Amino acid sequence: MKKNIFLQTSSQTVGPFFAYGLTAQQYKYDFPSLATGNLRNKNFEGQEISIKGRVIDGKGDPLHDAMIEIWQADPQGNYNTDQESDFFGFGRMGTGGEDFIGFNFLTYKPGKINENSAPHINLTVFARGMLNHLFTRLYFSDEDNDIDKILHQVEPKLRPTLIAEKTNEGEYYFDIILQGENETVFFDI
Amino acid sequence: MATNPWNKRDWSNHPKMIYPDYKSTIYRNPKNKLLNINDIEEIPSPKFLETSMRTIDSDLTKNAKKDHDPIGERIIVLGKVIDEFGRAVPECLLEIWQANSAGRYVHREEVHDAPLDPNFLGAGMTLTDKDGNYKFTTIKPGSYPWGNHHNAWRPAHIHFSIFGRSFVDRLVTQMYFEGDPLFKYDPIFNSIPDKKAQNRLVAKFSIDETIPEFAHAYIFNIVLRGREATPMEV
Repeated sequence: MKKNIFLQTSSQTVGPFFAYGLTAQQYKYDFPSLATGNLRNKNFEGQEISIKGRVIDGKGDPLHDAMIEIWQADPQGNYNTDQESDFFGFGRMGTGGEDFIGFNFLTYKPGKINENSAPHINLTVFARGMLNHLFTRLYFSDEDNDIDKILHQVEPKLRPTLIAEKTNEGEYYFDIILQGENETVFFDI
Repeated sequence: MATNPWNKRDWSNHPKMIYPDYKSTIYRNPKNKLLNINDIEEIPSPKFLETSMRTIDSDLTKNAKKDHDPIGERIIVLGKVIDEFGRAVPECLLEIWQANSAGRYVHREEVHDAPLDPNFLGAGMTLTDKDGNYKFTTIKPGSYPWGNHHNAWRPAHIHFSIFGRSFVDRLVTQMYFEGDPLFKYDPIFNSIPDKKAQNRLVAKFSIDETIPEFAHAYIFNIVLRGREATPMEV
């Protein structure tokens, strides 16, 4: 155990009212957004993909007041932490859309970050009713996921909960099931 | 593959996932245990730059001002972001959002019958400086009712979202105000299993930081997960 001298500040829920602060542009509030659901950048070369999905509760209902953050490597497998780089792999969306109760990120397919890792996107889930955020990962159904060291730590029958289905060329679908049958695997990392 | 050098979330200081007194937790959290993953490469944090933000967004009394100052008690909220080992976390993004002085959020779905303030949005952002210090100027938020149980009122609070130095030390929390009579009735506050940890979310009034003829000050320090100094120490 690593020694610490200060104790972690406790987590609390994001609550139902984050939209005008954290996702203002998406919800059309007059406040700047540092990130949106569109990570694409004109003139950047990469395979354009969309990732659409919902966040589902234990009753099977989609949440309209969850917030999803994604964080991913670029097509070459590098995390660009600089917000002004050609591709900044951070996105954020609320699930309260008008036509679709969920998220739809527009981004590029990430590359492998190393030889033991399949292309993936880190995903964090926040919502009213969630006192702690949840960490998970999204992999792609059309990639060789057997090489991935993290997926190997997940029980084989649960691995499909982490794999986005390719629905069309460049289009992937990924539901996050918070509870119940097919519950998504969430990580303690 | 390197072992993740970050301390894990310390569950003696964080709420349980499902805390039935806060009803919405019941169906919105996993029943399975979180999967403990140790053998994970280090994932950096997105970094946000000063050049991408407006300075005025650290002053919520000004960033949505139209023709008058917003109504309510002007306050300073300041503090320091450190990690578990006491190291300052510089250039870290803090985003806040809150109700106005009447306890009303700008959010369109809010139905509480309290007045909106045309000169107050209630959202702000800033970066910590090189020593981990931050400061906001804002209006003290009011308490508001919610539907969790009969006569449920949230203690006055400001929501905080913080990015640290890694993908894993992300934190979203709420800051409360010293002396609020509602603490003992609030399941969100009481979901934190440890009383001392609850108390660390309570900002303390500071006469030293209070600005004469201008505003009371409240101090709220934030502790993020710690990282081993170098991988060699593992």
